[in-house]
Amino acid sequence: MPGPSEPADTDAEVRAIIARHAGLEGPLLPILHAVQHAFGHVPQTALPVIAAALNISRAEVHGVVSFYHDFRDAPAGRHVLKLCRAEACQAMGGEAVASAAQAMLGVGWHGTTRDGAVTLEPVFCLGLCACGPAAMADGRLVARLDAARVGALIEGLAP
Amino acid sequence: MKVFVPRDAAARALGADAVADALRDEAVRRGVTLSLVRNGSRGMVWLEPLVEVDTPRGRLAFGPFEAGDAAALFGDLAAHPKALGPTDALPWMKRQTRLTFARVGVIDPLDLADYAAHGGLVGLRRALAMTPAEIVAEVTDSGLRGRGGAGFPTGIKWRTVAEAPGPQKHVVCNADEGDSGTFADRMLMEGDPFTLIEGMAIAGLATGATIGYVYIRSEYPDAIEVMHAAVAIARDAGVLGPSLLGSGSAFDIEIRVGAGAYVCGEETSLLNSLEGKRGVVRAKPPLPALQGFMGRPTVVNNVISLATVPVILERGAAFYKDFGLGRSRGTIPLQIAGNVRHGGLFEAAFGLTLGEIVDDIGGGAASGRPVKAVQVGGPLGAYFPRALFDTPFGFEEYAAKDGLIGHAGIVVFDDSADMLRMARFAMEFCAIESCGKCTPCRIGAVRGVETVDRIARGDAAAVPLLIDLCATMRAGSLCALGGFTPYPVMSALTHFPDDFAAPPQSDRYARPPKADQYPRLPEAAA
Repeated sequence: MPGPSEPADTDAEVRAIIARHAGLEGPLLPILHAVQHAFGHVPQTALPVIAAALNISRAEVHGVVSFYHDFRDAPAGRHVLKLCRAEACQAMGGEAVASAAQAMLGVGWHGTTRDGAVTLEPVFCLGLCACGPAAMADGRLVARLDAARVGALIEGLAP
Repeated sequence: MKVFVPRDAAARALGADAVADALRDEAVRRGVTLSLVRNGSRGMVWLEPLVEVDTPRGRLAFGPFEAGDAAALFGDLAAHPKALGPTDALPWMKRQTRLTFARVGVIDPLDLADYAAHGGLVGLRRALAMTPAEIVAEVTDSGLRGRGGAGFPTGIKWRTVAEAPGPQKHVVCNADEGDSGTFADRMLMEGDPFTLIEGMAIAGLATGATIGYVYIRSEYPDAIEVMHAAVAIARDAGVLGPSLLGSGSAFDIEIRVGAGAYVCGEETSLLNSLEGKRGVVRAKPPLPALQGFMGRPTVVNNVISLATVPVILERGAAFYKDFGLGRSRGTIPLQIAGNVRHGGLFEAAFGLTLGEIVDDIGGGAASGRPVKAVQVGGPLGAYFPRALFDTPFGFEEYAAKDGLIGHAGIVVFDDSADMLRMARFAMEFCAIESCGKCTPCRIGAVRGVETVDRIARGDAAAVPLLIDLCATMRAGSLCALGGFTPYPVMSALTHFPDDFAAPPQSDRYARPPKADQYPRLPEAAA
């Protein structure tokens, strides 16, 4: 599947990221994190560049990218809302919070709103298990959510 | 005026940053010189953000603090609406035996001098004067067992690595704390990172390893930030580097970040991930102690195991071993979570009964309803009914009740919990997070969801099928994900049969998960 078209300088930036991690043993995950940080996702065009630099096959790089939940092959919405689905948050009504968020956004898990504003993702534990239900909104942690508070949180994210 | 406002992720998620800002603003407005320390959490999560003021009478606690409470903190402290009294006199604090967490919430996490003033580095200095064999013997004699859940004796693992031949050995700290209901690793790293660094350095001295890695899950941004900063500070101060405290022995640490795969908390899959591969479980043998990171001898220990080593070296093996129950020696940081009135971190000697933990310390369900079930040990741990609340906290004691203590997470559910749904979730979680290596896990978990759904529809014939499937998963999986998912499922079925026998209710039957909830499958062709 061809990825969305990338700016022409993608390769140069990917190469610069690889160079910054040259001294590490087992550098692939740090490189992928840095690439995703730079581009918002791991572009298809980055895979052969990384593969060549690390002397592994493109299939191996693809295998690693696709194994981990964190890495995306396409850009997310402008905001990413991760709601905890794990047991401790469920014990405090996490499922109702998730239903409210899905209804409000009109998307399911891994979905992005039609205007591209918010991507909704499940997460399995943020370590906030004594103050659930918990969420991470654009990297910021929020605790003790209920349907009303997750609504306010989403209002605060848009557009 | 010296004030403590936690920088712990739970405190921040409950508004600690806004509290800190409000206190700073108020101090400026009043012309008061404010020394604001962003400490770790004391572990009383229901009181977070818990603000403390340093006074001649000791530290006074205020919480749960809101930004609007800031102004009153500059007046009569005793009259403050959120005043709780001296922190150390709070029942939650007084009842604990804080060894591993002695400094968490007390010190400035990134102040090495503060760390040393509270007993830090004593263990490392003592270790530097010992032979590697003596350090291993001290840790072995302490009775310390792996706090990640497996409970393997730490000293024996270290001895295997120490005796393994190899020019380069490693210490890998497993900070991929993915179990729901657990947050001890996170709190330790955010509240007292130098303890972990010191423990890893001692592990290096004991085994001959000179390079350490801390593999932290990406869901812990605060812990990652604090650990990065702490390693840099330790390196600058010579606590890490080519010559530990001027001893001539080398040890250094690199922080690595996971990528959202639960299975990477399993040690062999963590090692593959660290090497830059898919986090697929490896068969054992070879043991990681002999062929771990890059095939080299490697100590893989949990955060709490490593962070407990300094106090063992500081106070001695006999002191530590004196606490505990049976073959579970020392203390365990209990993490009380879920639907519970007083949730948080409570470090105590092994041996408290589940009833004491949930009803007495935790204060029962937050909802005020009766406690129905308690899941101990994370998503792979069993659900305990009230009938088993007399079980004392220990590795063997829980195994004897067909459960496990895991990483000591305790998740409380009130009587609104539907245990069939929880059993279904256990299978669904396993299906989402399976690394795919073992068929009983990869496919069995999917069949498990379907089988639980049949039971939910009133198909009693599916019950023996589920039991049989659990036996297959348990016997036919390499690691604890597929092997232990039967614990929550079977315990739910065994202890809460009514939830499985009830006639089908139209609103109860959960729809099958959508395809996008399963792991992404490799695309057929690029």
